[in-house]
Amino acid sequence: MFFYLLRRLGLLIPTFFGVTIAAFSFIRLLPGDPVLLMAGERGLTPERHAALMRQFGFDRPLWQQFLDYVGGILQGDLGNSLVTKNPVLQEFFALFPATLELSLAAIVFASVLGVTAGVIAAVRRGSWFDQTVMGTALVGYSMPIFWWGLLLIILFSGILGWTPVSGRMSLMYFFPEVTGFMLIDSLLSGQDGAFISALSHLILPTIVLGTIPLAVVARQTRSAMLEVLGEDYVRTARAKGLAPARIIGIHALRNALVPVITTIGLQVGVLLGGAILTETIFSWPGIGKWMVDSIFRRDYPAVQGGLLLIAAIVMTVNLLVDLLYGLVNPKIRHTGG
Amino acid sequence: MKTKALILSALMGTALMAGAAQSKTFVYCSEGSPEGFDPALYTAGTTFDASSRQVYNRLVEFKRGTTTIAPALAESWSVSDDGLEYTFKLRKGVKFHSTDFFTPTRDFNADDVVFSFKRQLDKNHPWHEYTAGTSWEYFNGMSMPSLLKDVVKVDDYTVKFILTRPEAPMIANLAMDFASILSKEYADKLAAAGKKEDLNQKPVGTGPFKFVAYQKDAVIRYKANENYWKGKAAIDDLIFAITPDASVRHQRLKANECQLNPYPNPADLEAIRKDPDLKLMEQEGLNVGYLAYNTLMPPFDNVKVRKALNMAINKQAILDAVFQGAGKIAKNPIPPTIWSYNDEIKDDPYDPVAARKMLEEAGVKGLKMKIWAMPVQRPYNPNARRMAELIQADFKKVGVDAEIVSYEWGEYLKRSKAKDRDGAVLLGWTGDNGDPDNFLAVLLGCDAVGGSNRAQWCNKEFDDLIKKAKVISDMGERTKLYKQAQVVFKREAPWATIAHSVVFKAMRKNVKNFKIDPFGGHVFYGVDIE
Repeated sequence: MFFYLLRRLGLLIPTFFGVTIAAFSFIRLLPGDPVLLMAGERGLTPERHAALMRQFGFDRPLWQQFLDYVGGILQGDLGNSLVTKNPVLQEFFALFPATLELSLAAIVFASVLGVTAGVIAAVRRGSWFDQTVMGTALVGYSMPIFWWGLLLIILFSGILGWTPVSGRMSLMYFFPEVTGFMLIDSLLSGQDGAFISALSHLILPTIVLGTIPLAVVARQTRSAMLEVLGEDYVRTARAKGLAPARIIGIHALRNALVPVITTIGLQVGVLLGGAILTETIFSWPGIGKWMVDSIFRRDYPAVQGGLLLIAAIVMTVNLLVDLLYGLVNPKIRHTGG
Repeated sequence: MKTKALILSALMGTALMAGAAQSKTFVYCSEGSPEGFDPALYTAGTTFDASSRQVYNRLVEFKRGTTTIAPALAESWSVSDDGLEYTFKLRKGVKFHSTDFFTPTRDFNADDVVFSFKRQLDKNHPWHEYTAGTSWEYFNGMSMPSLLKDVVKVDDYTVKFILTRPEAPMIANLAMDFASILSKEYADKLAAAGKKEDLNQKPVGTGPFKFVAYQKDAVIRYKANENYWKGKAAIDDLIFAITPDASVRHQRLKANECQLNPYPNPADLEAIRKDPDLKLMEQEGLNVGYLAYNTLMPPFDNVKVRKALNMAINKQAILDAVFQGAGKIAKNPIPPTIWSYNDEIKDDPYDPVAARKMLEEAGVKGLKMKIWAMPVQRPYNPNARRMAELIQADFKKVGVDAEIVSYEWGEYLKRSKAKDRDGAVLLGWTGDNGDPDNFLAVLLGCDAVGGSNRAQWCNKEFDDLIKKAKVISDMGERTKLYKQAQVVFKREAPWATIAHSVVFKAMRKNVKNFKIDPFGGHVFYGVDIE
């Protein structure tokens, strides 16, 4: 297990280096430069353009800029945003808790509901329930997030008035951020109704962001369960007269969960992609929207730093997922070999 | 004893309720996040809305809802006979904001004015480059470094601006956002504490609202400045709820989560008009959208060809399809909200038959050309691609084959400046200071050829008129000259003037005294809520 972990960690280094190069070059491959975009229609003289490029250090050879950039990373410095002038790390971590809170809520929502629905659908294969779940999953998987979000807002906030339209918290509450997680901070604030407000603001974005993972998880659980339920040992268990709940819950589900966990782990990348749209619709102050704005403004340090941090997070989650296998299924315990 | 306690608590309850009833909160569904809070560092309206327009004052300001200049932190000013010295008498007793991060010990004075300008002008000023990549973009964009020689304190309440050349729009420039007055005392304190970057994070000004807190990309909070020199604002708490999506802003407005939506979707306008809880205000924007020919390249160097093409364009169709009613046909290069707008000018009629004939007379046959379509949405052109397609179809009717090209926005701006550029460019302009010079010289002056003069048009008659108007300060004289310049422009047709956008503001019915700012800003001093 220890060696496995070491080997996996060792593999992270070249991957991380690759991401660094990709992050650095992608944004520079886009035509246009931050100085031109800053000036807009007003434009600026070639001399002034050159002076600003020099000020930002963009006039130096690319390899030199890259070495500086890598040097900065090694010292934990991702540079300053060209627009807000703040350190990129500070910007990212000011916004990241909002994205994390929303993503966690969405993944819990998708996993709990998806696994439950998938199991029931597999057990009652061919029933109306199965067909409804699979039909809904197909629709959910193909749902355009933007449209889906607006639809829910119009229905639940506009017409029914059950949930707030957007934001993380009712504006009447105002308390300092401690953890950046609104659910926790609202409890810490001790203000009446703040937690309920935070929770009610979380509902619609969670559903919207969780819809695609939910569909994927439900389908994956169903097919994995169907496979396992046909195995010999399940038949044996049935023949022995074990309670059906025990067979499904313990013998079958545990084995079926391995591919499901992989799927859930892979959804982290999907979630971050979906977060861009979900955050825009729900005015959710997270990193998705921030990344898009930064790309449009050619804010090189922000885009590079953001990509790098997101990649680091996705890689960490994947590593954790791999380690989780062993816990779920002893057959895949990682040994020194 | 018990009764006494009861009465006391009842009294306190009433007092609390009265307090609650008096406190007025106004929530503004802003469309984006400010880049920072030092307005001189930026050029975006969203940033100005969050900083200069609520927190700061300037020496002179535009009267709310107009392009007229009025005294603000300067009570009066005088201009020397040679037009090179502007002397401002400053207002006394103006207080900077007291907040939980700064308490001023003195009133506003000449030191603050000198600081606010010298940091932008003087390359050796300790605040000239106070954060990574400080660029004073608007100060430079308005050519202030070459115009302004020095800013001098005469005494505590007198400041002198010394210019390198006479320039009539100078006063209008000083009403712009980059000319906001910051507290030197606050800056000194930040410098001593090694926290210079806070000048751009936690603003301290003299304006109607005090900055309280900014939660990135989510909420900005302000409180009314109880010591404001014009009197306290009618609303007590001002909140910006940052809501980038227009449909969501509309839903929030309907749910009364905010009281004003600055940029409603054209598609929602009808619903807003019908909603008994909402109202809609509209006004022409301070902008112009145009198609600029390259007047240096044949056959567009021939005025007949340009005129003919102008007559081939069906502007009304463009307005309907591209602006969806949120626009007005432009006949002049300046919008009607700017003084000196020449309303006597007649627009070129839409007449494809006559246009085709004119082209034949000019000896142009089987003309092939390019139309450049911007890749982005701008206030003066919500959909350049669609506009280009309509113009392409119009040109086809008069026998001109047009090809549509586009580039990434930064590239577009750069390449369209080239003197040997192939084709006519769709572009536009939003005014900075409400002065006609800010349109006519910037976009059509001889000095701007190869730069922001996309038509590469240098006409001596026109240029003499606007150069003359720039150096005299008599408003009546200037108006005459600019009106004449517009006549020359129409005759020579370097552009097809297409449209001025119409801006809409949607708000709750109980919002009182909101005025549309011709500069596209949102000013909440003077606004009340019932």
